[in-house]
This record gives sequence, C-alpha cells and structure tokens, in this order.
Amino acid sequence: MNSTNKLLLEAKGITKYFGTITALENVNLKVHEGECLGVVGDNGAGKSTLMKVLSGLYKPSAGALFFEGKEHVLDSPKDSQNLGLEMVYQDLALAGNLPIGENIFLGREPTKNIGFLKFLDFKKIQEMTSAHLEKLKINVKSADQKVEELSGGQRQAVAIARSTAFNAKVVIMDEPTAALAIKEVGKVLDLINKLKSTGVGVIVISHRMDDIFTVCDRVMALFQGTNFAESQLDKTSRDEVIGWIMGKK
Amino acid sequence: MDDKEKKQDSLYVKLIPYFEKYGILLLLVIMILVMHILQPDVFLSWRNVTNVFKQISWQSMLALGVFMVIVTAGIDLSVGSIMMLSLMILAIVAKAGAPWFIVVLVPLFAGFLCGLINGLGITLLRMPHPFIMTLGTLYIFRGTGNLISGGTPISGFTDEVRYLGHGRIDLTWLGLEKSQYLPVSLVLIAVVYFVFWVFLNHSRTGKWIYAIGGNPSAARASGINVNKILIIVYSLCGFLSGIGALILAGRTDSGYPNAGLQSELDAIAACIIGGASFFGGRGTVLGVFAGVMIMGILRNGLNLMDVSSFWQQVLIGSIIVLAVYVDVLRRDFGTRK
Repeated sequence: MNSTNKLLLEAKGITKYFGTITALENVNLKVHEGECLGVVGDNGAGKSTLMKVLSGLYKPSAGALFFEGKEHVLDSPKDSQNLGLEMVYQDLALAGNLPIGENIFLGREPTKNIGFLKFLDFKKIQEMTSAHLEKLKINVKSADQKVEELSGGQRQAVAIARSTAFNAKVVIMDEPTAALAIKEVGKVLDLINKLKSTGVGVIVISHRMDDIFTVCDRVMALFQGTNFAESQLDKTSRDEVIGWIMGKK
Repeated sequence: MDDKEKKQDSLYVKLIPYFEKYGILLLLVIMILVMHILQPDVFLSWRNVTNVFKQISWQSMLALGVFMVIVTAGIDLSVGSIMMLSLMILAIVAKAGAPWFIVVLVPLFAGFLCGLINGLGITLLRMPHPFIMTLGTLYIFRGTGNLISGGTPISGFTDEVRYLGHGRIDLTWLGLEKSQYLPVSLVLIAVVYFVFWVFLNHSRTGKWIYAIGGNPSAARASGINVNKILIIVYSLCGFLSGIGALILAGRTDSGYPNAGLQSELDAIAACIIGGASFFGGRGTVLGVFAGVMIMGILRNGLNLMDVSSFWQQVLIGSIIVLAVYVDVLRRDFGTRK
C-alpha cells in the first residue's frame, strides 16, 4: 500500500490539554484508502486521546481535521459518523442486554411510519444484520442473540460489524485484540484485512507487535503526546518499533 | 467443548428468555390459585376482583414510572411526594372553582414539571447518583405540598374530576347485574400500560432507554444524547405520578397531607418483584404489571383472611429478597463469564 491511494483522513497539529496536562502536542496523522495505519505508544503516550479527538468525543485545543481534503469540526461522535468515520472502542461499546442486530444499528435504527408515529422496523434490522454479518463472514447463531451471550471474539466481531454497517470509509480500532483469547485473534485480524480489501482505511491502536505486523501497512509511534517516529512497515522491524515505544531511536 | 456440554449450554440459552419473560406470570397465577383455594367464595368474586384493581390503580402508575427509571439503572424516590404535591395542587385549583378540564390537566402538568426538575438536577447538576437528587426532592415536593395547603386535607371534587378514579362503566347491556361494573381506573391502567409498552419496545427512544441501562458509554458512543433521554424518562415518571394523583383524587375525593407516603418504596418493590434489575437494562412492562398485581393480591388476600398487616410487611419484604436472589441467579446463567 502506498500514498498514491486517495487520502481519506488527515489530522494536522492536534494539541489537547486537560487543565494543565498536555495530552497531545502538535500531532499529525494520515490514512489513505485501503490502508492500515498502526499507532503504537506506551500507556499515557496519548493514543486513546488522539482517537477520541478523531471520533469527535473530545474537541482538540488546537489543530485541524481534514476528511477527503475538507476541513471539519467535530462536535460529537454523530458528526464523525456522518462523515463515514467509525470507532471501535476498547471496552467494545456494546449494550450486553440488547441483541446483536439492535447493537449494530443502535442510535441509527431503521423505522417505519404508521401515521405520524415512528416504529422500529425489526424485520429490516434482522435482514440488514444477517446480510451484513454474512458479508463479513461473521458466524453467530442468530442476529437475535443477546451480546452478553457471546464470546469475546464474537463481541469484537459485532463491534467491528457495527462500525462498518453504514459504509464507513475510515474505521479506528482501539486495541482490537487486547481482550481476546489467542484463537480468536486471528479471526479479528482476518476481518481487518477484509475491510482493507474493500477500500476502508483502518487505524489500529495496539500494543501487540503481532497485530501491527500482520495487518498494518504503516506504523507511527507516539511518545509523551508527540509524533516520535513513523515508517512503512517493510522498512522497519519489531525491535525498532518496540524501541520507539520506549522512546529510543 | 464436547457435544454433551454443548447441548446443555444451548438448553440453558433457550430456556432463559422464556424464564425471563414469563416466570413472573407463573408466580402470579400460582398466587391467584392459592388465594382462590383459601378463599373460594370471596376472592374471585366480581366485587373483590374490581376492588383489587381499584386498590392498585394509582400504585400501578407510580410503579410504571419508577420502572422506566430503573431500566436506565437510576432510581426515583420522589414519586410519592410528586403525587402528593400534584394532588394538593389539584385540590387547591378545584377549590378555587376552576372548570373541571383544567382541574384534570393540572396534576398531570405538575407531575411532569416535578419529574423535569429531577431530570435536570441529575443531568445538569451532575448529581453523583439519582438516589441523592430524588431523595432531596422527596422532601422538597412533600414540604411544598404541605406549604401550599397548610398541611390540612382539602375535600370535595366534582364527578368529572373523580371520573378516572371513581367512575364505573355499566355492563348491564351485556346482561350483567348492576353491581358487575367495570371500574374506569382498570381501563385506564390497561390503556396506559399498553401505550408505555409500545413506547418502550417499539420506539427508538424506548430502545435507547434500554441501551442506556445496558451500557451508558455504548449509548453515548452511538451518538445517543444520554442526558436528553434521562430527562425524558424522569419527566415521564413524574407525569405518571401526576396521573396517580388524579386517580387518587377520584378514589378518596380528597387531597390530604399523607397521600402516597412511602408509596415510592411500594413502587420500587413492584418493579423488583416484576423482574426489573437494579443494574439497569432489564425488565418488562408486563413484569411490572405482574409485580403490582402480586403486591395487590397479597395485601387483598391477607386482608380477606384477617392476617395482621404486620405479617403483610414481613411477606412482601421476603418476596422482594427472593425476587432479587432470582435476579442474581439469572445473571449467573445468562452471562458468559
């Protein structure tokens, strides 16, 4: 993958203060169509803060976000979703008491009108869920199953399915394999490769070198809230990236 | 996992939804049967059954409101006080000679406003838990009700005002006797519960109420305005308490300072017995109705048998503890570790 593909998302000079604490300082980031960018860094390096800025959950203190070449100000996760920017959170952000389908469409449920009243269209939710899970080759017993009945890997798959159900152009994943059993990690990584092949730009935040070196095309390291290093994956090595995380070049 | 284990697992998974949905109805049916056996002549008589419905009519409104709040993993301790304040305002407006349609609308509006105050306090003042905000308003609303009425009962309403709580639907055209009428409050319960069942299960807002109870950060990340939904929920809970006040006005023909005292605890108990979970996100409208019925039938049946009200307290308390223990077991089975 290279930068001749269309540039989807660009963050320029992102700075974020929490009171007197500087969480991010002048951070830049780019993702292209069908590309996977790995973001690494130690705890507190600013990875999660950066992702929350990109998803509209936090407002940056300074800096600008460009989507497909146009500058946008994000006031809420809704704004980023409308642009085609989706986030898969580390804590999965699923409601365990609701079925798979209702989780995938949570906040964007299809409705049918009877008079002036809007009712949930459960049939449509069911059909769209089955079709979408089929497309991503995600196996569950039924779309009606409650999320709390699923394994960690299945939940992660549902979270990823949720992020791509509305033709997302960029998907940001925070530690997508951290909570998974080893045998489930491979399936989730396969799913990420499938997303890339459909032209989605993916940002993966991960501690796991295996993840980064399996799915990513480019890797960047944050250190104490700043851009520390960046490289195409084939021009670096695991040891070098681990060094970046610890602040050594 | 070997085959045998798999089969067992799927049997659990298959049974749990049925247990969650209909287990409480089973308990209700058993109770009705037991009461019928103990009091064969009286318990299922027309007069007694309509009595039970009249007795639970206003409690069922409070319970439904508190239920919605509990689904969001919140709590509303102020519903009894909201009802009392709405009732006092109704009584004062009625005594001032306002036309009946104003008198009927006033408690609904007052209840809604009280709920709105709860909702705004919890979200805008960022109270650490709804318990604290509604504990505060439990005192504030009742105190206000006593201030405006001077702490004395105000009695005597017109028939129109009393219709929802006291009205009778004549069934003699069906060939029934004059004493076999349908209480208007029973029809009201059915209509209100149906409307809220549709709201909670078939509207987006209803689904979001459940989602907030299941995982508030998931709801927020999905672009749901959690604070707005919470304000709606507490306002509706207040509105239902206002309906409760209107029913009580009809039943007692009086606004009185002790109205609804401790009824918030009855409302919470009915929700818990009906299978709503304090952890949020769980419970059904049908379950709440069953919870209200179970408490109503227990009180009614024990009264018929001349059992002291002290025993009623002990029994209701025991049922609450038992119901929550069942909830604990259900979580153990229902959630994969």
